[in-house]
Amino acid sequence: MSTDPTDFVEEGPAWWDHEAGPVVRPYMVTGGRVRPVTVDFDLITYLVATATLAVDTPSPEHQAILALTQEPRAVAEVASRVDLPLGVVRVLLCDLLSEGLISRYDPPPTDHLPNVETLQAVIHGLRAL
Amino acid sequence: MDSVRSETAPVPQALKILVAGGFGAGKTTLVGAVSEIAPLRTEEVLTTAGVGTDDTTGVATKTTTTVAMDFGRITINPHLVLYLFGTPGQNRFWFLWDELATGALGAVVLADTRRLADSFAAIDYFEQRKTPFVIAVNCFDNDQRYTVEQVREALDVDGHVPVLLTDARDRVSVKNVLITLVEHVLTMVRTTVPA
Repeated sequence: MSTDPTDFVEEGPAWWDHEAGPVVRPYMVTGGRVRPVTVDFDLITYLVATATLAVDTPSPEHQAILALTQEPRAVAEVASRVDLPLGVVRVLLCDLLSEGLISRYDPPPTDHLPNVETLQAVIHGLRAL
Repeated sequence: MDSVRSETAPVPQALKILVAGGFGAGKTTLVGAVSEIAPLRTEEVLTTAGVGTDDTTGVATKTTTTVAMDFGRITINPHLVLYLFGTPGQNRFWFLWDELATGALGAVVLADTRRLADSFAAIDYFEQRKTPFVIAVNCFDNDQRYTVEQVREALDVDGHVPVLLTDARDRVSVKNVLITLVEHVLTMVRTTVPA
C-alpha cells in the first residue's frame, strides 16, 4: 500500500516525494521472499476473499488485499490498486491462500482458444458497447 | 485446482487481449479508448545480478529495473470480462511477453506508419507463438499516408491476417479493431479440427 510521505513530516516540505520512487525497497513487505512458495498466479486469475476484514493478517498490505478482494478482482487489478510490484503481490497472495483467507479462480487452460459460444458472446458484447 | 467455490460472489471468466507495438505507437491510448476504467498500471521489478562477478559480491552489483504494463477492462456481461494489456515496448522484456501471451485470446499489433519497422518484432513473436493477431495501423490526426494494402505488403504478413486502419483515440474505431480480432479468432477456431 502506498504511504503518503508527507505523513512523516511534522513541519516543512518533504525532501522526497512520489517522484523520488519508493523509499522502502519493494520486497521489504514480503520479508525478503521473492517467489511464491507453492503456486503462481496469472494476471487474470480472479481472487475473492473468504474472510472478512476482522481477521489478523501478517501485514497491512495483506489486509489491503483482503479489503480489495471482498468482491472478485483479477491479480493485475489487485497489484495496481495496492501499488506494489506484481512479484511482491504474488508472494502476499500465496500467504493469504495458505492461510485460507482467499480463493482463486484460474482462467481456462492456456493450451486452447475459447469456444465458439464464448467468442460470439465477446463479439456481441463489444458491438453493444 | 486450488480453488474453493464461493457461494456468494459470482466470479466472471476473464479473457485477455494483448496490445503490442513500438514505443509511442499509442498502446495505452488504445486501451484507454475502450476501457471502462482509466487504464491501470502494474509494475514488475526485475533484479539482475551483475554478469561475470564473484558470487559474494553479487549483492553490490545487482541492478533493479521496473517494467510497467498498462491495462484496461471491459465487462462483456456478468460472466465474461475482457482485459486489455499493453505489452512493454522494449524488446529486452520478451520474457514478460511470454507471461502475458500465455492464455491470451489474441493480440492487436498497433503499427505507426512513421516507424513501421517497430512492429516487426511483435509480428514475428505472435506468428511464432501462433497467437491470433490483427494489425491496426494508427492514423495520427487523419494522417493516412499508406493504404491497407501498402502496409500489408511492407509488413509482409500472411494474407489471412486482418490489417485495418484505426484511430487509437476513438472508441468506435478501437471497438472495431477488437471485434475484427475476435472474429478472426472465431474463424480460426471454426477452421481448426477439434482435437
